[in-house]
Amino acid sequence: MFSNRLFNILIPTISVFLGLLAGAIIMLAFGYNPIEGYIALWNGAFGSSYFFGETIRQVTPYIFTGLAVAFAFRSGLFNIGAEGQVIVGWLVAVWIGSSFEAPMIIHLPLTILGAALAGAFWGFIPGLLKATKGVHEVIITIMMNYIALHLSNYMIRNVLTDNQDSSNRIADSASLSSTWLMELTDYSRIHWGILIALFAAFIMWFLIEKTTAGYEFRAVGFNPNASKYAGINVKKNIILSMVISGAFAGLAGAMEGLGTFGYMPSHSAFTNLGFDGIAVALLGGNAALGTVIAAFLFGSLKVGALNMPTSAGVPSELVEIVIALIIFFVASSYFIRWILLRFKKEGK
Amino acid sequence: MAFIDSLQSIIPIALFYSAPLIFTALGGVVSERSGVVNIGLEGLMVMGAFVGIVFNLTFADVFGAATPWISIIAAAVVGGIFALLHAVASITFRADQVVSGVAINFLAVGLGVFLTKQWYGKGQTDMVQQPFYSKSVPILSEIPVIGEMFFARAYYTSYLAIFLAFVGWFVLYKTTFGLRLRSVGEHPMAADTNGINVYKMRYIAVILSGALGGLGGAVFALTIALNFSGSTIVGQGFMALAAVIFGKWHPLGALGAALFFGFAQSLSVSGLPILDNVPDVYLTIAPYLLTILALAGFIGRAEAPKASGDPYIKGSR
Repeated sequence: MFSNRLFNILIPTISVFLGLLAGAIIMLAFGYNPIEGYIALWNGAFGSSYFFGETIRQVTPYIFTGLAVAFAFRSGLFNIGAEGQVIVGWLVAVWIGSSFEAPMIIHLPLTILGAALAGAFWGFIPGLLKATKGVHEVIITIMMNYIALHLSNYMIRNVLTDNQDSSNRIADSASLSSTWLMELTDYSRIHWGILIALFAAFIMWFLIEKTTAGYEFRAVGFNPNASKYAGINVKKNIILSMVISGAFAGLAGAMEGLGTFGYMPSHSAFTNLGFDGIAVALLGGNAALGTVIAAFLFGSLKVGALNMPTSAGVPSELVEIVIALIIFFVASSYFIRWILLRFKKEGK
Repeated sequence: MAFIDSLQSIIPIALFYSAPLIFTALGGVVSERSGVVNIGLEGLMVMGAFVGIVFNLTFADVFGAATPWISIIAAAVVGGIFALLHAVASITFRADQVVSGVAINFLAVGLGVFLTKQWYGKGQTDMVQQPFYSKSVPILSEIPVIGEMFFARAYYTSYLAIFLAFVGWFVLYKTTFGLRLRSVGEHPMAADTNGINVYKMRYIAVILSGALGGLGGAVFALTIALNFSGSTIVGQGFMALAAVIFGKWHPLGALGAALFFGFAQSLSVSGLPILDNVPDVYLTIAPYLLTILALAGFIGRAEAPKASGDPYIKGSR
């Protein structure tokens, strides 16, 4: 028999393989050369130090939104609201970052903390309503996404600036960007945020796996009724879980505001960082390490895809299809498991 | 008379914005009543909008004025087929239904934009030449006051949506088929014991929800957007999902919720003189804020169908 641990690694791997295979079949069907397409994808993600830097830049917020969704999932909550939490985090980071100057040792942590708190607040509301009123968190977080989107656009135009379409640039003392890293990668937009992201993943792993609080989160996720019977304060855990989840997503916004862009444009549509975070968390099996690996995969696919139209003539949306299919295969893991066990039996 | 005037300017817009939500929310109700959560409504709408527009652009010369109607039928058929993916994953392969729904959303946008680039060589299609036009209903629009509100400058698709909501209520609550569908969503094992084919009922429900979602997307595309791109459908499917829950998993409840959302949206575009001094942002976020307040305050705890979200595994208890 396969052990569970082995399945946890095998199923995402097989899913990724099947997703790429399906992408190749689609390319063939539309008259493209799949080998050329995937070479273009690979080169677009890792082909030069510039592309590699851009890949890391894209991976950074994905780690955060992935952790956000994964964390909520572990206590049985589905946080579709990472998107809105990213937006408010971004807004507050840019707001604090651009409104004054201070020594970096004070300014930067303050800005990052502000973004985390903003995201936490955006997660607190659905958490509170879920815990006290039993309102489905999916609906509230969806609504909160729209409120964040429209509110942030309004704030940028009317509060942060005088009718401008994007905020002012943040002060250097609040910036995560690094001349050294940029020079190293041929002036990509890579920034120090990746280290914070990896550290956050470690924190999540430690919190969930090694502390009593983490045990309670997981217990509530497995069975809220049994947890209540065992004396765990379920309501408190639901709220706290959404707050922490929101803080992670808010930090993803800080990465965009303080690292990649240095300002916040008004958005006509969602950034999709939060929604992609759902995919990242799912592929990563809602575990910290898995999330980091999945974020690297999706970040490389997304950045590499941008090279496909110019190098191989393949529309970059092919990668969206591949990602969707990967999620499908992960979701249908029962099927993959069944086939694997089948093979195993026949092998004997 | 200012109040009547306001209503006369708001109601047509409210109906106009509600119609796509009504269709899609009905799809959500049917699917969730059978025990399959459908987060993929958004993707089904995307697919519907894509097919509706492409069909319309391709066959406008052939079918003339009938084109938009045939387009939405085509969108419903393709929507139903597309929903099969969700059905196979979540019913046969016992996938997590939320996850499979998320995949549907990703896939629809990816596929839609990929094929648009493939066929039109750019990220968005041209504007359709045969959209739905608002029409005055003969005779009914002559009724004083009410005629102006409901039957002048209205879209026939809005009436179709409202009519379908009543059909949905009748089918779900007054027919044997509806009883079976609901029983599968409440207690699949009991239903199975009584000789109801749980898998078959759920497949039918998910395919129906795909057809209705496709219809909703196509109606949105052919009345409001008029072309297709990756940003044609941005969140309407999620609004429809909210309407399902807001409406307590009932076709008429969903109808009411969708009309409410349409009404709230119409406030920001109707240009009412009373609202001139209110900053746009308040009106824009009003539907979302009102939904949260309503769910937290008045509606309270809503109970989903009991087996919603659980894959049914024959022989397990």
